[in-house]
Amino acid sequence: MPDEGAAGTRPVGSSVEAVFREERGRLLASLVHRFGDLDLAEEVASEAIEAALVHWPTDGVPSRPGAWLLTTARRRAVDRLRRDRVLATRLAVLQAEAERTDPAPPADADRDLPDDRLALFFTCAHPALPAQDRGALTLRFLAGLTTAEVARAFLVPPATMAQRLVRAKRKIRDARIPFRVPGTDELPERLPTVLQAVYSIFTEGYAASSGPDLQRTDLAEEAIRLARILRRLLPAEREIAGLLGLMLLIHARRAARTGPDGGIVLLDDQDRGRWDHRMIDEGRRLVLVALTGGPPGPYGLQAAIAALHDEAADVASTDWPQVVALYDVLLGLVPSPVVALNRAAAVAMRDGPEAGLALLDELADDARLRGYHLYPASRADLLRRLGRYGEAAAAYRNALTLVGTEPERAHLLRRLESVTAEEPAD
Amino acid sequence: MKYMLLFMSPTTDWDTPVDGCDFEDWIRYDREMKDAGIWVSGYPLQDLTSCTTVQVGPAGERTITDGPFAETREVLGGYDIIDVPDLDAALEWAARSPGALGGGSVQVRPIAEIEVEV
Repeated sequence: MPDEGAAGTRPVGSSVEAVFREERGRLLASLVHRFGDLDLAEEVASEAIEAALVHWPTDGVPSRPGAWLLTTARRRAVDRLRRDRVLATRLAVLQAEAERTDPAPPADADRDLPDDRLALFFTCAHPALPAQDRGALTLRFLAGLTTAEVARAFLVPPATMAQRLVRAKRKIRDARIPFRVPGTDELPERLPTVLQAVYSIFTEGYAASSGPDLQRTDLAEEAIRLARILRRLLPAEREIAGLLGLMLLIHARRAARTGPDGGIVLLDDQDRGRWDHRMIDEGRRLVLVALTGGPPGPYGLQAAIAALHDEAADVASTDWPQVVALYDVLLGLVPSPVVALNRAAAVAMRDGPEAGLALLDELADDARLRGYHLYPASRADLLRRLGRYGEAAAAYRNALTLVGTEPERAHLLRRLESVTAEEPAD
Repeated sequence: MKYMLLFMSPTTDWDTPVDGCDFEDWIRYDREMKDAGIWVSGYPLQDLTSCTTVQVGPAGERTITDGPFAETREVLGGYDIIDVPDLDAALEWAARSPGALGGGSVQVRPIAEIEVEV
């Protein structure tokens, strides 16, 4: 792929790269807005970047690099449309319709490019697209990653990712998923998939099981960057503040999350002195925004829970009554058994393991938790705290048959060993 | 851009009345589409007891069978073709149809416009 060259080692490489990182998403969005076609936009954006790599090292980086790239890309697109009459006809139809329905893009005085990215966010995360591809499209088009980089992000072979992106783009084109910002009345329905796409990029950064990929902070940071862009574009949407806050409050713990052996360190055992307190402060301010001025949303609530963990000196002094209260509200909004499971763990901290265990037992028959290792693992932890070591051992063994990731296995095995050592006293 | 809205009805609920799915609701929906100037064509279909299936084999032999009958969960109850700017508009019309209520669903399919050189 031609745009792979952006990662090259040219003399002005670093400044050129920095510009591309910032401008690629904007550039693509402007081109999609103008020409109504993702493929054409990608193609001419790559060509413009290639041209920049040829000209900038000798001519210097232009004063308005974004405008330079856009002008160059637009010229290439016009050339391409002159040569390809079929494409031109099809896009002319699209353009005519787009002009009928689209208001002018918002002007952005700070930058040398108009900002059309918001519409593209909604296209990439459109509910008519498969949920698993929305994050990938968002990374490709809004974060400006190459297809190979997106493949790396989601740990799939590049060819697989290329195929998925091609299929998604084809659906966008053939079903004519529009490039437009939904109206205020549509936002409550349409914003959640955008937030979810960004959050899926973030959780992917933490999803790896072990090794050098245990935490891919660059991916988490990419998601944070995207949320910051969204927050600037839709400042009134409190759930965006909630999402950004949630990610910052989790990401603030990154340095304490990996042990000396490269394994995962769970929240309870983390060295809280190594948390990023500036990031926590920013996250807490965002929680206030997310929870003020109306009923809270699920991201705002999760951020508030994360903030309570981040504010506490240790597990014991965490404000568990408040954590439980927030889970109560969250469970009302998102009636998921995983939320109920987390709530039960918090109740165990507030009222003791017996109370938590009773709540877990109520979830025993929920089919959605079947095969979910954290259910037996949570039970095992509470049984261990109650000194019921035999039952705890059985539950740990059960969890071990379900858990997939190495660090979690190692953690459960350690726990299993400790309770089997206690078992005779049972 | 033209889309076909296929109204899939849950066969089991054929006789159970669902709020918002009465004959009058369909008439109203039909009028709304025509008033908006987006309706191209469309018909309700008779139920599956009147359906016949035709297949032609490799040697040109025809097989004609009664049915199919509702082994599937959903049965096509009718369709409309509409002409709207984009998928969002098509989804909006689909969501407003009585066919989307009461366990029914609406499939939204873009019409493939084959370009023929003149």
